Amino acid sequence: METTLNVEGLQVNYGNVQALKGISFKVPKGKIVSLIGANGAGKTTTLKAISGNCKSAGVVVFNNHPITNKESFQLVAEGLIHCPEGRGVFPNLTVMENLQLGIVGRHSAKANFNKNLEECFVLFPRLKERINQIAGTLSGGEQQMLAIARALIGEPELLLLDEPSLGLAPLVVKLIFEIIVRINKDKGVTVLLVEQNAKQALKISNYAYVLETGKILLEGTGADLLNNDDVKKIYLGEH
Amino acid sequence: MNEFIQHTINGLALGSIYALVALGYTMVFGVLQLINFAHGDIFMVGSFVGLYFIRWFMPNVEPSLLTTIIVILVAMVGSATVGVIIEKFAYRPLRKAPRINILITAIGVSLLLEYGGQLIFGASPQFFPDILPRKQIDLGGAIYLDSNQVTIFLVSFVLMLVLQFLVFKTQFGRAMRAISHSLETANLIGINVNKVILITFIIGSSLAGAAGVLYGVAYPKIDPLLGLLPGLKAFIAAVLGGIGNVTGAVIGAILLGLSETYVAGYISSTYRDALAFLILILVLLLRPAGLLGTKKIEKV
Repeated sequence: METTLNVEGLQVNYGNVQALKGISFKVPKGKIVSLIGANGAGKTTTLKAISGNCKSAGVVVFNNHPITNKESFQLVAEGLIHCPEGRGVFPNLTVMENLQLGIVGRHSAKANFNKNLEECFVLFPRLKERINQIAGTLSGGEQQMLAIARALIGEPELLLLDEPSLGLAPLVVKLIFEIIVRINKDKGVTVLLVEQNAKQALKISNYAYVLETGKILLEGTGADLLNNDDVKKIYLGEH
Repeated sequence: MNEFIQHTINGLALGSIYALVALGYTMVFGVLQLINFAHGDIFMVGSFVGLYFIRWFMPNVEPSLLTTIIVILVAMVGSATVGVIIEKFAYRPLRKAPRINILITAIGVSLLLEYGGQLIFGASPQFFPDILPRKQIDLGGAIYLDSNQVTIFLVSFVLMLVLQFLVFKTQFGRAMRAISHSLETANLIGINVNKVILITFIIGSSLAGAAGVLYGVAYPKIDPLLGLLPGLKAFIAAVLGGIGNVTGAVIGAILLGLSETYVAGYISSTYRDALAFLILILVLLLRPAGLLGTKKIEKV
């Protein structure tokens, strides 16, 4: 099977603190892979290291090209798009302006902007109603939708999704996860998902890794991990 | 009443020069959260580039609007070049350093330009040649409109319109405003942050360069310390309008230009500079975010 992303021995240091102690994992083409774990496990750091937003050691290979420590805008141009944590939208810009920034580093998606915009409106009808609103006035869920839509406008080959369910109401969380599945199934986008909501994430993942204090503790298919006793006890709150 | 109108005309002309300089302050602050203290000196560089261009390449030129525009364009290129050099070699290496380091560097660059300027151009004032045909237009009732003022006002207005378009209608402008909200997120989603910051310096510095020539046209005695006071005042104008806010900078500058001429006209010209600083103190006391600025609420 073709591998979109291959990470080997990835290490990140913040000063004297080692946030990632050499982790290795793979994201096969066309799949959803999750990294789950508690606060401070190193999930966001992993995504930032991959997308060129913090210095790292180790080997990261994207579409058979090594990309370790490449600049973030170069990676976006190649189709590796990071959808940041929480409210990763620009609240001082309108919804439309935020979406237009989706192609800022992705030249190949420029010609398809209007087509992709229409497709985003199908996924997120709410954004179409609010297209001229300032993004800061959107609800938390709508801002998350906007962040995902902006990433999709850039036609990602690999989408890095950082905590898309963070701080959202349960119904909205459900909707967001449905949309992630649709993005993967209908558009064929490979997804690397980072989540604290382990249950939902495992349900939609083909494969998943459990991260704890900078190391990979466990790995397996989504279904395996859902039934794993340790995972159940620690991350799913079941006894 | 006639006197008031005359003061208003003079104030608008002065204010539009301040506005061109204030825009550079506010744009750089928007993307880097840096008060670029060297900006006033980039304005001075514009004046001198204009002066030497005239001396070397068109010493016997007939004053005309076209000449003025050519000199302005050359000065814009000159100032932009200096701005780019400063950004690349002084500020960019400090991008991740604590803010105080880059602030002190800005003061250092400012001193370098001022005293380097004295070394190169000499410390004594030089005469800025007449490049604009001077005409006084009589509006009746002892109100005069100087052709210089009209030109200053028109050139500033056109440049500000172009800037407004760049900032609010283009991908560069969107990227710039995105960076002003969060440099980190902007980088994350694939904005080439260094490139946008560099373009911001180019635009800001070239506006200052244009202002430098207009200043030379209006007050034809220039020296390497010329940027000090107008630079400070443009900074005050940017703070008054709300630093980081493009529209605010223009409004702040016009208000400052008007107040200065009113004070000079009705009270005493001795107090015109004091007034600018009084305004700064009042803004900081009463409305620290400025007229159009928004308070930043830190979410915890």
